[in-house]
Amino acid sequence: MENRKVSRPSILRIPAVQTVIASLLCVLAGLLIGFIVLLLINPGGATEAMGTIISNFMSFKKAAKQISNFGNTLVKTVPLLMCSLSVLFSYKVGLFNIGAAGQYVAGIGVGLFFAHGLNAPWWICMIMAMLAGAALGAISGLLKATRNVNEVISGIMLNWICLYLVNMLLAPYMDIKMNETFALKVTHPAAVIPESPLFGSLLNGHKYTTIAVELAILIAVGIWILMTKTKLGYELRATGLNKYAARYSGMRDGFNIILTMAISGGLAGLGASMFYLTDMIKWPMAVTSVPAMGFNGIAAAFLGGLHPLGAIFSSFFIQHITDGGSFMEKIYPSEIAGFISAIIIYMCAFVLLIKQQLGKARMRRVTEKKGGEAK
Amino acid sequence: MENGHTSEYAIEMLHITKRFPGIIANDDVTIQLRHGEIHALLGENGAGKSTLMSVLFGLYQAEEGTIKKDGKEVKILSPNDANDLGIGMVHQHFKLVECFTVLDNIILGNEPTNKLGVLNKAEARKKIIALSEKYGLQVDPDAKIQDITVGMQQRTEILKMLYRDNEILIFDEPTAVLTPQEINELMQIMKNLAAEGKSILFISHKLAEIMAVADRCTVLRKGKYIGTVNTADVTMEELSAMMVGRNVSFHVAKGEQHLGDVILKIENMTVASKVHKNNAVRNVSLEVRAGEIVCIAGIDGNGQSEFVHGLTGLEPLVSGKITLLGKDITKLPIRKRSVMGMSHIPEDRHKHGLVLDYSLENNIVLQRYFEPFFDKAGFLRKKNIRQYAEKLIEQYDVRSGQGPVTLARSMSGGNQQKAIIAREIDRNPSLLVAVQPTRGLDIGAIEYIHKQIVAQRDAGKAVLLVSLEMDEVLDVSDRILVMYEGEIVGQLDPKTTTPEEMGLYMSGAKREEV
Repeated sequence: MENRKVSRPSILRIPAVQTVIASLLCVLAGLLIGFIVLLLINPGGATEAMGTIISNFMSFKKAAKQISNFGNTLVKTVPLLMCSLSVLFSYKVGLFNIGAAGQYVAGIGVGLFFAHGLNAPWWICMIMAMLAGAALGAISGLLKATRNVNEVISGIMLNWICLYLVNMLLAPYMDIKMNETFALKVTHPAAVIPESPLFGSLLNGHKYTTIAVELAILIAVGIWILMTKTKLGYELRATGLNKYAARYSGMRDGFNIILTMAISGGLAGLGASMFYLTDMIKWPMAVTSVPAMGFNGIAAAFLGGLHPLGAIFSSFFIQHITDGGSFMEKIYPSEIAGFISAIIIYMCAFVLLIKQQLGKARMRRVTEKKGGEAK
Repeated sequence: MENGHTSEYAIEMLHITKRFPGIIANDDVTIQLRHGEIHALLGENGAGKSTLMSVLFGLYQAEEGTIKKDGKEVKILSPNDANDLGIGMVHQHFKLVECFTVLDNIILGNEPTNKLGVLNKAEARKKIIALSEKYGLQVDPDAKIQDITVGMQQRTEILKMLYRDNEILIFDEPTAVLTPQEINELMQIMKNLAAEGKSILFISHKLAEIMAVADRCTVLRKGKYIGTVNTADVTMEELSAMMVGRNVSFHVAKGEQHLGDVILKIENMTVASKVHKNNAVRNVSLEVRAGEIVCIAGIDGNGQSEFVHGLTGLEPLVSGKITLLGKDITKLPIRKRSVMGMSHIPEDRHKHGLVLDYSLENNIVLQRYFEPFFDKAGFLRKKNIRQYAEKLIEQYDVRSGQGPVTLARSMSGGNQQKAIIAREIDRNPSLLVAVQPTRGLDIGAIEYIHKQIVAQRDAGKAVLLVSLEMDEVLDVSDRILVMYEGEIVGQLDPKTTTPEEMGLYMSGAKREEV
C-alpha cells in the first residue's frame, strides 16, 4: 500500500466523461442487440443492413445523393433537437414532459393553419406554433400546480386530444390527390422558412435546409444559459427539485411549474414549425397515431446526458440511425427496419442507468483498493 | 449457570467491524448484554449506534466480528433470524397501522389461526391482557391506533415484542416523543421487564435517563468503542465526556436581558388543520419583544407546525392578525415577510430548509439570490455567490466535502442545519423564528446552535423558538408558552418552573387563562 504512487484524480471521475462513456455504451449495446435480431431473422443480409444503418447517407455511392441525404437528416434533426430540449429542460426542473409529443402536434397544427388558413408569413407561423405548444404545456403545468395532477398523465391524454383537434383544424387544407396538406412552396411560399446561408451553399443548395438549423443550435445554447446562468433558471430548478423549499423561500412555486411546462411546450411547438415550414413534410389526412418525434426526444435527451449541448449531437445521431434504418428497407421489410431503429433508440434511454452502474462499479473498486484505510 | 442460562450474557456482539465506502461505521465494537439487565447504548448521531443495531437485526452483515446468543455463536442474516432468536425492537418512529386496533397491530404478522386459516383473536386477546397486567402496560386492545396517545402506542409496540416471546428488547430513543410523566411510566415498565428476566438494550443520548434506568452503559464515538461502565460508578459529566470526547457545558450562558420594543404581535390567530376538520391553531395571541427568546413548548402535533406556517406565510390564516415591526403582515406573501426581517429556521430541514440536490452555495443564497449583489439583470453573479458562501462557511464552520460546490444532500445533518442557521442569521433579521433547530443533532452541534440563538437575543433581536425538547426549552428561553391542542394554555418562567409542572400543561392536565 505504501509504495503506491499518489494517484492523480482519474479522468473517469469527471461527470461529463462518465456521461459520454455511458452514452457510447448504450449506442453499442443498441447496435449489438439490433445486429443479433437481424441475424436471427435473416443471417445473410445482417452485416450489410447494419452497415446501412450506421452509414446512413454514406451508403450511397454518388456524392450528390450523399449530400442530399445528409441534408435530409439534418433537416429532420432540427425538430428532434427541439423536442429533446423540451424534454430535458422540464426534466432538469423536475418534471417529465411526455406531453412534448402533443405539444409538437399542436405546433404542427397551428403553424400550418396560420400558413394555409391565414396566409401568415413564416415567422408569424413559427411564433404561433410556439405559443400553441406553450399553451398546451401550460395546461399540464396548471393541472399539476393547482390540482396536483401528474404531468405524465395529463400529458398523455392531451397528446390524443391535440392529435384529433389538429386533424380537424387542417382538414380544409388537404390536397385530395396526395392525401396530405398542400405543398407550401406552391400555395404559400411566404410561409416557407428562408434557406440557410451556411448549409444551403455547403449542401449544394439542398432544397430544405433552412435557417431553422442555425436557430435550433442557438436555442440549445440559449437553454443551457437559461438553466445554468440566470436567476429564472435558479428559481425554476429549485422549484422542480423541491417545491416546498421554493415556497419556503418565497418563490411562486405554482407559477414556476406552469412557466416551466410552458417553456417546455413552447420548445416542442416551435420545433414542429421548424420542420413543417420547410415544406419537406406535410400533415397527412386523418392521422391516428401521435408522431414519434416527441417520444424520440426523450431518448435524445437522455442520450445527450440531459445537457442541451449534448442533445445537439444525440439528436443528430438518433436521426442518423432512423434514416439509415429506412434505407435498409431494400434488404429487410420496412417493419424490421423500424424495429431495429427502435431498439437502438430504446437503448439510448438507458444512459442514466448505465452511468449509475459505472459510478457504483468505480466506487466498489476504490473501496477495495483502499481496504480498511478509509477515513 | 443460575436461572438455567448457559452463559452470563444473553447476547454478545464481539469485535464487530462494519465498513461502508469511505467510512467505518463500526470499528471493533463490543457490547455484551447480561440476562435481566438494562444496558444503555450511548453515542452522538453518527456514532454508529444504528449500524450496530442493524447488524444485530440482520439488516447489515458485519465484515468482522461474531454475535453470540447465550454463549453460542449465531449467524443473523435477516430480520427473520433475529426474530427467531427472540430479539425485538421498538423503533423510534412506531411501525403501527393507524386504522387497526391495538390488538390487530400486536398480532400482525403473527396471527393465531385455526387449521382453516380463520383468525382466532380470543386467544390472542387473552394473552395480551395477561401480558399487560403482568408488566403494567395499560392498553385498550380494541382502541384504534389513531385514537390513542403516543404513550399508549409505544406500549402497543412493547406488547408486540412480548407477544412474540422476545427475550431481548431493543428500545431505540424511546423517550423522544413522550411527556415527562410518560417517560417516568416507561422507565418503570422497563424496570419491570428487566425484573422479569428480559434483557433490555436502551439506545439514547439523554444522559439523565440513562443514569436513572440503566445498569450499565456502553459508549460509542465516531464508530469506535469507547468503553462500558456501571452507571452507578460514573457521573453524568463523565459519561458526556466519554460520548463527546471533551467536556461540554450543559447550560447556555446568557447575557443580561435588555427588553426592547414589541417586534412581533399576534392577535387571535386561527389556522386550519390539514388532517382534521377542527382548527389546528385556535385563537392564539402573543407578543415577542426585542432581546427576548420566547419559547413555544408542547408535545409534537399540538398545532406548533401550523402555527409557524401561519406566522411565516406558508399557510393562510382562518382569522387573526399578525403585526411585524408595527406593520400588518397578515396578508403579505412569504417573500415580503422575509425581506421585512423575518428569518425562519424550518422544522424540517429536508422538506423546507434545503434544496438537497442543489450545491451548498446555491442553498446559502436561497433567501437572497434576488438581491442586487447576487443578481444582475436576470443573470446570477456567480463570483459573488461563491465569495459569500465561502465567507459564511468559514464564519459558521459549516463542514463539507468540497466546500461551496458540495451537494447539500451529501452533508451531515448537523452541517446542513448549520448552513441553514448561517443563512437565516446572516440576513440580520429582526425576528428569528427557529423551529426545533437542534432536532436530531449531536451535543456539539446543539451547543453551537444554542449559542448562536442566544447571541441573536443578546444582540437585541426577537427570537421565537418552537421546541419539543424539555431541556432546550428550559435552558434557552426567557419565557415559555405551552401549546396544547392549538391553544396557549400557560405561560411559565424557565427560572422557576420544573419539567413536571411543564409536563402537566403539555399534557393538558393543567391550564390557565393567558
